[in-house]
Amino acid sequence: MTPELLEAGALRREAYEAKRNADESISQSGGQSASFARVVQPNVVDMSAGGILYVDEITVSFDGFRALNKLSLDIRVGELRCIIGPNGAGKTTMMDVITGKTKPDSGKAFFGSNIDLLRLRESEIAERGIGRKFQKPTVFEQLSVFENLELAAKTDRRVRRTMFAKLRPSELDQLHATLTLIHLEKDSARIAGNLSHGQKQWLEIGMLLMQNPKLLLLDEPVAGMTDEETERTAELFLSLEGKHSLVVVEHDMKFIGELLNGGQREKKKVVTVLHEGSVLAEGSLADVQSNERVIEVYLGR
Amino acid sequence: MSSISAIAIPIQRTSLFSNGVRRGLVASLVLLFAVVPFLPDFYVTLLGKIMCFAICALAMDLIWGYTGILSLGHGLFFALGGYAMGMYLMRQIGRDGVYKQDLPDFMVFLDWKELPWQWTGSEHFFWAMILVVAAPGLLAFVFGYFAFRSRIKGVYFSIITQAMTFAAMLLFFRNETGFGGNNGFTDFKRILDIPIATPSMRIALCVITGLVLIGFYLIARYIVQSKYGRVLQAIRDAESRVLFTGYNTLWYKLSIWTISAMMCGVAGALYVPQVGIINPGEMSPAASIEIAIWAAVGGRATLIGPILGAFFVNGAKSWFTVAFPEFWLYFLGALFIAVTLFLPQGIVGLIRKLANKRGQS
Repeated sequence: MTPELLEAGALRREAYEAKRNADESISQSGGQSASFARVVQPNVVDMSAGGILYVDEITVSFDGFRALNKLSLDIRVGELRCIIGPNGAGKTTMMDVITGKTKPDSGKAFFGSNIDLLRLRESEIAERGIGRKFQKPTVFEQLSVFENLELAAKTDRRVRRTMFAKLRPSELDQLHATLTLIHLEKDSARIAGNLSHGQKQWLEIGMLLMQNPKLLLLDEPVAGMTDEETERTAELFLSLEGKHSLVVVEHDMKFIGELLNGGQREKKKVVTVLHEGSVLAEGSLADVQSNERVIEVYLGR
Repeated sequence: MSSISAIAIPIQRTSLFSNGVRRGLVASLVLLFAVVPFLPDFYVTLLGKIMCFAICALAMDLIWGYTGILSLGHGLFFALGGYAMGMYLMRQIGRDGVYKQDLPDFMVFLDWKELPWQWTGSEHFFWAMILVVAAPGLLAFVFGYFAFRSRIKGVYFSIITQAMTFAAMLLFFRNETGFGGNNGFTDFKRILDIPIATPSMRIALCVITGLVLIGFYLIARYIVQSKYGRVLQAIRDAESRVLFTGYNTLWYKLSIWTISAMMCGVAGALYVPQVGIINPGEMSPAASIEIAIWAAVGGRATLIGPILGAFFVNGAKSWFTVAFPEFWLYFLGALFIAVTLFLPQGIVGLIRKLANKRGQS
């Protein structure tokens, strides 16, 4: 490298710094600073472009039925995105594609700007930082609440490591904190199968948090919860906003309203309406609710 | 998530050697070393045989009771271990066979001039010991890799394991396979150059089997108490959650499947010198199903259950086949149905229920 080139680079950087200081919007790149020599590590999600999930024209057919029809979606880092849609709109299939359970016929899906989700298996995608909650609460019924959370903790998940694994103090701290957060600290020794439906939902959310995911996909997280539990769940999700990116699929419009109107209100929150496997409308809750096509297919039933 | 609660969370961990286990260990060691030497011959062999079955039931429990994968082909792994040991025992006969030749009798009978390649090294005890675990282990690994990678689950997996052992049985029935065809191996004379059919050898083999059973019990206990064991139980309860938590379940299922197969191989190797025969009958589907019945009768997902189940069912079998030989299979069928309908937790579940009732009243 010649001195002239070095000098030119330094000048370019200086110009960039000046520009960045003048215009704040440039620095909003997902918490990572842009630079001229950023190392993109394989398997570590690169969010410097500001997006955490890009779904581009995904099509999935089951025996001729198009569950997803050129679905495109774009989630920003730290965003809390709500997705609504009538039954059969393709919400769960969309999550299946993102988490590697279903391979689409065509289209692209990227996590950050560098991880191609269509090339990875479920466990690899989870390891990279996408956590998923199922529609039906799915916990390890025969294990205690504590053990459920312990298994979810982010550690080395290879066989020979788990054979001799010991619980580390840092994991124990995280476990304590999560138990408090999901209001199950008194039930930590109980068998998960004996919890109430709402508590199981919470436990599953707690297990997701133990994974420390960057993106959380939550499929109907408040189904079967009491009003009080629903409210607490909304609070919990709002507290996660910004730290994690969340995609919430829900039917409960009251819950959606709470999510969209609470928390960091200065950010404009977006609702996506799915219908027949593609995006029908996208925008603020008020926009979507006044959209005639949306009223026709979903809200005004 | 900043403040850490002051409430200490009780972590329930039982140690490897809990009081109950310690007492059980002492009792079984006393039984092995102080009682077995004074038992009549018949009972020594019966006890040794049942303890081999108990090892199989324990192995079945690890894969079925804890991981939720029902194998109906474990008899094959048992038989492979038995054949590996049997080859060595055949070579130990030396020139004392009926035909007074170096080759095993069945080869002389088939007019073979030299040992086939499978028999290479079979005169070494050490090689036989390696084969005892390597043959079932390797087969289980390869079979399991393809089955688990293709996500074959539940009853489909059970059926292909059944097909596997049936296919192996047909293969071993053929003389050309080189393992004695339908007669298998028998007429053993010595093991480690010591005569095999003496009372003291019977006692020694029985005690060794007992020690191996105890060892495997402790290994199994370590496995199910480790985090690895909890992942296995999690796979049984909700495999998709385990996958989406970031565990590649293929390697978990494959490792416990292979460990289980190797345990069965060791059981087979201990069984053959005690009963003095191994033939392809051990690979029949019925033999594999019986292993599953022992585990179910004793109580799945407990470690002591399958051992009790093996003792109970085989004890009943040796009594029934003497008292009412024609009714044994009916009894076994009825027992299996009764356990499935009324005692899903098996004998251990029944004992626990009774203990709870007594505690309440």
